[in-house]
Amino acid sequence: MSQAAFSQSAFTQQLKKYYTFYTGGFLAFIVLLAIAEQMGLPRKYIGYTFLVATIGLYAMIGVMSRTVEVSEYYVAGRRVPAFFNGMATGADWMSAASFIGMAGTLYLAGFDGLAFVMGWTGGYVLVALFLAPYLRKFGQFTIPDFLGARYGGNIVRSIGVFAAILCSFVYVVAQIYGVGIITARFTGLEFAVGVFVGLGGILVCSFLGGMRAVTWTQVAQYIILIIAYMTPVVWLGIKHTGIPVPQVAYGQVLAKVTDLEKKLTADSKEQEVRKIFKDRADAATAALKDPAKSHADGKAKLEQNVASLKAANAPADQISAAEKALAGYAKDVDAAKAQWNKDKAGAARAAPPRPHATPYPGKDEAAQHTAKLNFLGIVFCMMFGTAALPHILMRYYTTPSVREARRSVFWSLFFIFLLYFTAPCLAVLAKFEVYSTLVGSQFSALPAWAASWQAVDATLLSITDINKDGIVQLAEIVIGGDLIVLMTPEIAGLPYVVSGLVAAGGLAAALSTADGLLLTIANALSHDVYYKMIDPSASTSRRVTVSKVLLLVVALIAAYTASTKPGSILFLVGAAFSLAASSFFPALVLGVFWKRANKAGAIAGMLVGLGVCFYYMTTTYPYLRDLFGVTKPIAEYMWFGLNPISAGVFGLPLGMLTIVVVSLLTAAPSKEVQELVEHVRYPNIKGSSFSTTTN
Amino acid sequence: MELSEKHQEYWRKNLVVTAILMTIWFLATFVEGWYARDLNNISFMGFPLGFYMSAQGSLAIYVLVIGFYAWYMNKLDIEYGVDEGDDK
Repeated sequence: MSQAAFSQSAFTQQLKKYYTFYTGGFLAFIVLLAIAEQMGLPRKYIGYTFLVATIGLYAMIGVMSRTVEVSEYYVAGRRVPAFFNGMATGADWMSAASFIGMAGTLYLAGFDGLAFVMGWTGGYVLVALFLAPYLRKFGQFTIPDFLGARYGGNIVRSIGVFAAILCSFVYVVAQIYGVGIITARFTGLEFAVGVFVGLGGILVCSFLGGMRAVTWTQVAQYIILIIAYMTPVVWLGIKHTGIPVPQVAYGQVLAKVTDLEKKLTADSKEQEVRKIFKDRADAATAALKDPAKSHADGKAKLEQNVASLKAANAPADQISAAEKALAGYAKDVDAAKAQWNKDKAGAARAAPPRPHATPYPGKDEAAQHTAKLNFLGIVFCMMFGTAALPHILMRYYTTPSVREARRSVFWSLFFIFLLYFTAPCLAVLAKFEVYSTLVGSQFSALPAWAASWQAVDATLLSITDINKDGIVQLAEIVIGGDLIVLMTPEIAGLPYVVSGLVAAGGLAAALSTADGLLLTIANALSHDVYYKMIDPSASTSRRVTVSKVLLLVVALIAAYTASTKPGSILFLVGAAFSLAASSFFPALVLGVFWKRANKAGAIAGMLVGLGVCFYYMTTTYPYLRDLFGVTKPIAEYMWFGLNPISAGVFGLPLGMLTIVVVSLLTAAPSKEVQELVEHVRYPNIKGSSFSTTTN
Repeated sequence: MELSEKHQEYWRKNLVVTAILMTIWFLATFVEGWYARDLNNISFMGFPLGFYMSAQGSLAIYVLVIGFYAWYMNKLDIEYGVDEGDDK
């Protein structure tokens, strides 16, 4: 990270030395903490030590990488070797949702959750084949830069800036939210405090050094997060499969899980619990038809019961039990309605366990077909969204050459692959553990991990003895998706220090993604809006200063938004992918592969893509329907039964078609633009009138 | 600037390899996904094949596709004289 002008290979060698030393140091740190734990260091301090040590480390790298040079600030000096850019992209890409949430989604959804695993890896094929090498050759600073140069004028650039900020902002709020949750859980700080502690962690990485600092901290964060993810899984894998590569050997465990599912579906005690849920839901549905009358009837019945017991001179304990039931009855109709709605939702728990390995389960052929279409729809949107999210594409501006950019996409996917091909395995191992040791255990003697997590947070794990037989049935367990990764160290029988490590990994994942996104937003505003549109004569130091100030402002707004705990955040993250796919992908790819694409086509195509996507979401997603006052039933708006998250399935092709049609109806782009297209197609072409890298 | 015959051939070859790799990507993603239920009847290393492909197999194919593309194109650059020379 020294400023001296090294040759590229000496620079790479030095980086390897630094990061090998760093990895060794981090492992030694874990071992030391493990020894301290054996000697009696309390758990709370292990959590604090991890938090302070890792954020301190990122801050150190951030401060060491401070810079005021434009090319260092925006694209890390364009000398990040493929291997390290791959790691940085991996950390940039894998968010808190991937690290903590992915295995949980797979646990809960079984096969159908794999749509995300496939989508978030397969998208890199599109990045490699259609975008990364060409953007690198173009060699500017942001994605709207390319759109502005290729299609000319500020309108296309502005639409690009708007779309980049829309996708990135939604996403960054979710990351800061994740940081708040992790910090709060492992240190006992309040959520809002956790958000701002996390914000500090994010800013120390990016504020002083821009892309340069973000790149080198992201590499450090990747190393921590992958060690944190792999350690418990490998351990658990050895326990269940006998070899340390459970990703290829968990087939036998999956077979056992499938057997257990059949057994649990047929089990009479399980059926008893499921019937209780169904009866409750049915009663609630009936009561909700006329809530006021049902509430009055229910109350009258209890009052009558008390009166008749008293009249019959029943034993005192019977009378007091009846009085207690009356006192506990819903105070008014609204409270009763809330309870009935809850009971009604409990109908989901009346269903037998979902077969984990079966694709598209459904009650009939039509339901299975819709499930299949939705699976493929999500895969489609996640893939094309991946290939259009500006914070990822921006990373390929930072390599020294087109050749390195191509290699770099390979390393990016390789490092992402390591985590994503482990998650499905972890989900199955965890499921086996729950089905075989938790189900069937006595309520008085739950496995240690279950007892402790239930006490920590009821939204992660709650077990209630519904049929009062003192034994845990599967239908009596409610698991929050985040539990799977968090509990793994304990079910693998590892010391608490590994739990601290997992939290540090989750934090690294959330911080690194938030950094990349914030930088994208600040750069879009400072470079594309301020420098390119408002004040093209601004000095370089002024541009960097403006960028730093904007970064701070955007970070504060995002943190404030996150601290209000917006409810529909998960949907919005999915929506960001559909929106990015519909707006950016057609204009970027046709810009390289079709010389005839012109300005009018690009403007129309991007607007149509965004518009169609947005229209489909507002008519089919409940929250947005309320916001825009859509009243006709959802079914009338649904196309092919696809969920709103997959709106990009319609937005992308229509956007692409629009670019083609409108471009053909209007004049071909100028000769200069056509030459730009030729310029980006060849890594090095003699006689080109464009310079390769302009700073 | 006028592109030479050789330059145009380079671009054509690029389009061909891109098309082939996209076909592999499409097969590993959408065709595999469409027939996942049927593939599950086949057992592979103790896994139902449809499940294993979606969970691990297709992912590995993506990694290989990108690795091949980088290797092939970097070779093609040199062959057609459009490479960037040694890293500075």
